[in-house]
Amino acid sequence: MKKNNFLVLMMLLLLSVVLVACNFGGEEETTDDSGTTTDTDTTTDDSSGGDKELNLVVASEPPSLHPQLATDTTSSTIMSSTHEGLMTLKNGEPVPGVAESYKMSDDQLTYTFTLRDAKWSNGEPVTAEDFAYAWEFALNPANASEYATILYAIKGAEAYNLGTTTSFDEVGVKVIDSKTLEVTLESPTPYFLELTAFKTLYPIHKATAEANPKWYTEADTYVGNGAFVLSQWQHAGSLTLEKNPEYWDADNVKLTKVNIEMVESETTQMTKFESGEIDFLGTNYGKISLDAIERLQSEESLNIVDYSGIYWYKFNTTDDVMKNANIRKALTLAIDRAGLIKNVTKGEEEPALGMVPNGVEGFGDDAGFFKDADYEGAKAALDAGLKELGLSDPSELNLKLSFNTSDAHAVIAQYIQEGWNKNLGINVTLENAEWQVYLDKLSSLDYQIGRLGWIADYNDAYSFLEMYNSADNGNNDTGWSNEEYTNLLKQSTTETDPAARLDLLKKAEEIIIAEFPVAPIYYYTNLYVVKDYVTGMEPDNLGNINLKDVDVTK
Amino acid sequence: MLQYIVKRLVYILLALFLIITATFFLMRLAPGSPFASERDFPPQIEEQLNAKYGLDNPWYIQYKDYLIDSVTFDFGESMKYKGRSTNDIIAESFPISLTLGMQAMLIAIGFGILLGVISALYHNKAPDYVSTIIAVLGISVPSFILAGLLQYYLAYEFKIFPVSGWKGYVYSILPSLAIAFTHMGFISKLTRSSMLEQNNSEYVKMARAKGLSKWKVVFKHSLRNALLPVVTYLGPLAAGVITGSFIIEQIFAIPGLGRHFVTSITNRDYTVIMGTTVFYSIILLFAVFIVDILYSIIDPRIKLKGAKKS
Amino acid sequence: MTEQKLRDGAFDIVGMHREEQEQLSSKPVSFWKEVLYRFKQNKLAVCGLIVLIIIALMAIIVPEVSQYKYSDQLGVYNQPPSAEHWFGTDDLGRDIFVRIWAGARISLFIGITAALIDVIIGVIWGSIAGLAGGRTDNIMMRIADVLTAVPYLLVVIILIVVMEPGLVPMIIALCITGWVNMARIVRGEVMSIKNQEYVLAARTLGAGTAHLIRKHLIPNALGAILVTMTLTVPAAIFTEAFLSYLGLGVPAPRASWGTMASEGNKALMSYPWRLFFPAFFISLTIFAFNAVGDGLRDALDPKLRK
Repeated sequence: MKKNNFLVLMMLLLLSVVLVACNFGGEEETTDDSGTTTDTDTTTDDSSGGDKELNLVVASEPPSLHPQLATDTTSSTIMSSTHEGLMTLKNGEPVPGVAESYKMSDDQLTYTFTLRDAKWSNGEPVTAEDFAYAWEFALNPANASEYATILYAIKGAEAYNLGTTTSFDEVGVKVIDSKTLEVTLESPTPYFLELTAFKTLYPIHKATAEANPKWYTEADTYVGNGAFVLSQWQHAGSLTLEKNPEYWDADNVKLTKVNIEMVESETTQMTKFESGEIDFLGTNYGKISLDAIERLQSEESLNIVDYSGIYWYKFNTTDDVMKNANIRKALTLAIDRAGLIKNVTKGEEEPALGMVPNGVEGFGDDAGFFKDADYEGAKAALDAGLKELGLSDPSELNLKLSFNTSDAHAVIAQYIQEGWNKNLGINVTLENAEWQVYLDKLSSLDYQIGRLGWIADYNDAYSFLEMYNSADNGNNDTGWSNEEYTNLLKQSTTETDPAARLDLLKKAEEIIIAEFPVAPIYYYTNLYVVKDYVTGMEPDNLGNINLKDVDVTK
Repeated sequence: MLQYIVKRLVYILLALFLIITATFFLMRLAPGSPFASERDFPPQIEEQLNAKYGLDNPWYIQYKDYLIDSVTFDFGESMKYKGRSTNDIIAESFPISLTLGMQAMLIAIGFGILLGVISALYHNKAPDYVSTIIAVLGISVPSFILAGLLQYYLAYEFKIFPVSGWKGYVYSILPSLAIAFTHMGFISKLTRSSMLEQNNSEYVKMARAKGLSKWKVVFKHSLRNALLPVVTYLGPLAAGVITGSFIIEQIFAIPGLGRHFVTSITNRDYTVIMGTTVFYSIILLFAVFIVDILYSIIDPRIKLKGAKKS
Repeated sequence: MTEQKLRDGAFDIVGMHREEQEQLSSKPVSFWKEVLYRFKQNKLAVCGLIVLIIIALMAIIVPEVSQYKYSDQLGVYNQPPSAEHWFGTDDLGRDIFVRIWAGARISLFIGITAALIDVIIGVIWGSIAGLAGGRTDNIMMRIADVLTAVPYLLVVIILIVVMEPGLVPMIIALCITGWVNMARIVRGEVMSIKNQEYVLAARTLGAGTAHLIRKHLIPNALGAILVTMTLTVPAAIFTEAFLSYLGLGVPAPRASWGTMASEGNKALMSYPWRLFFPAFFISLTIFAFNAVGDGLRDALDPKLRK
């Protein structure tokens, strides 16, 4: 018996010895990996007076922290702290950033920006050349920047980007002197100032970028001009931002350090917030999952703000059934948006009865186009549609509703499926697919009804309407087009009078809504929770948060 | 023996070639592209992107390129993570998964075999039932549910461990347990079943009759023979575990290699798909190879063909 | 030791009957009868079987007779278990009790089918490879390695593209790699058994390969086969959830235990019953399968005969 115990003990001992050995291995690896830093400690408690740290999460490793190469929100979220454009957004409105002031010509085509004495994180001055260099980088076809199209508002940019002209001199970007930049536009663009706050228009430090083409892949070679510097980057693990002492407005930056971990799982993000490991949770610093909303609401800790985006179902208008506008109308009208929002999405979203969110200037309310859950109207349209298709009973319709794999999309689709089945008697099959397979189906018009969302890059109605200006537009995905609509949109780009432009866009909205190539469902809201010692952290209606204004008072 | 090893290596190369070929065609056939997104961009830019990453070449050129990449083990730049080389991505994340995997394997093997031996020694008695319950729970509760439960109770409710991250030893405990539990259950069941077979063999009865204690018989005789199926299972398992588990790394936000196997595919990041696949394949093929060699050590009756043809 | 002499009269001579010499004292019992008898002796195994039968019956009956359908949205969202809804309701207001039994149909079907296919392919593949050895073995096992090494997700994506979602592509996807583990384990066992004396003896006596596999190799590898099989069932149930998530499985609103568990897992903090019930029934089923498996193993093991 004694021997038995001894043997068991030996085995356990051996096991623990090996485990401990493993332990050292683990720690070595992590410190090795962080490479550039000496500080891997994350506890906030031991920071002595004056240190203000904020702990956040983002959903993934930022694929690219190069302003001109980035395409995704995670990268833009990080860069909104490390970089600053000519203008910067404050509560959704453009205010001077690197530019101290600007002048706009009377024809609204030429902007002259005067730069302030801003500095890069390496101490060198931010010059007009840095902007021109960055924009040239974005437009140069050799760099294949996926977001270059956003610069097409600038004169000659499209031709240069598509290779029809080869000299950047023909693009309307002119460096007058190191502190003056003159930009000429193709046509009046009311949201151009907003665009200069967008990531693709951030400057990059010319000397650094020329010396090291991979400057943006590691923290120790990273140079920015924002309120914070990237001080540590453990790939796929975490990022640390520290206050940039060289920043022109450094006196007004309150935080000294921001720790950002990359956490993909929404459940984990929530658990981290609840256990106090992070101080804020909500787009774009993580996301609140559907299942948590009700609980947070009952705890009265959930904040809800407007978000300039729309969730919609697209109809494939080249499909044998869906080409019938009455069927599309019936389906659109028979969605119970209020019920969906109350019971399923729960985020106090606004039912979408138009194409442009209410938060967009001039598009206050879209009542009048159609009513939510209008079953009478839907049935009338359905009968008409069935007759046109030569069918007698709605149960003869078998439709396929597609969405990309996600719990939220699946729940919404099941709710709407049940509604269509119950109220119209139509059979609907759900089909979910992996994201890329799904995108491929949409763009090759191999679907009947498909879900998509659209979040504006700039808060203007044009951003929501432009994609339907032709059937060939890569973002259209419905095969729908309408000559009058196309013309109205074209006119709006050259109209200099804001009120007249708004009228044109509203008319366009009326046309597209009457033909139902898409069924608008709801306008997004942004949900977030924040610890009460954090102030100044509220997303604007594009979802941006300026960490410059955030303060922590413990 | 040497002849056998050489022969085996040839087969490993052949298998590797097949894997690369199959992976290449599968990934090129799958719809989507590394640059696809909700937001479309002009076809000219797509052409430029394709040209930049060599995706405009005919398939046989691309295929040849991947074969050369695999031979030189240099897979080039990731198409999703701009400016980052596939080799760097693997080199940075593999040590993390390796540490975690080794720890999980030790727990799984140690406790798995222990439970299995206890079960077999006290066949159909209380200790057998207890360890069987633990083992079956391990098998039937998948790692993602276990991970969620561990995270919720031990990290959130009782605050014993951090919720997620990878900043020191304490961060590795919950994920290791979550990975280990399923495998522990299975190893224990496998050990139990083959131990039972051994326990009824003549030589074990003989040893017991000679007055050796139960446990001594286990360690001196039966365990060695009983481990054969366990070793078979452990080879491929080890290859899988040390290269990381996607779900566990996702839940505990660990920057390991396991995530890249899945995200590279959902991103259609072709270079990373090929890099991680080749890397994993090499580990797997050698793990299976080592298992075969271990067979002849554990059970000398197993003769590796080619070693000595009698 | 002292010598002891047998006293007279200690034994009676009863005589010898030549004709009875060859007879067994008890009635001869057929192999299967004996297996059944020994299985019945094992209480745990019998319990397991009863549980499985009850689950199967519930899966067949409940969705048919219940007042709700698995897809009915009843307007009561995320309700905890109550007299009205025994297992509560989910995020679309559907009765979880009905969904559990409707889901049992899919999960049990997938689990059992996958296990059967794995056993059939895996055992044949593994025993041929192990028995043949040499080049045949090498080629067969390398094929198995290739199948495990090629990214599974890519294979599934291709399947999604070329096939309509449903049970058939699901079974195909489960069969591609599921049997490899089984084949490896059977091969290992076969390699160890085939050089044992009794197999060599059978060979010398002219036994064919099929006979060897059937009569000697499989019975002796049975323990490992059954254990591997018990792992296959839960693995298949959860792989089904993963495949459904990717869009290969039975489309929503149909549910399976796997998809219910993985959805419920995300709601653990707010609505724990949505995880508990599917997870509980998966575990219960696996326990039952295990008990039956262990009982079968003991009953079939020729060495354990008493």
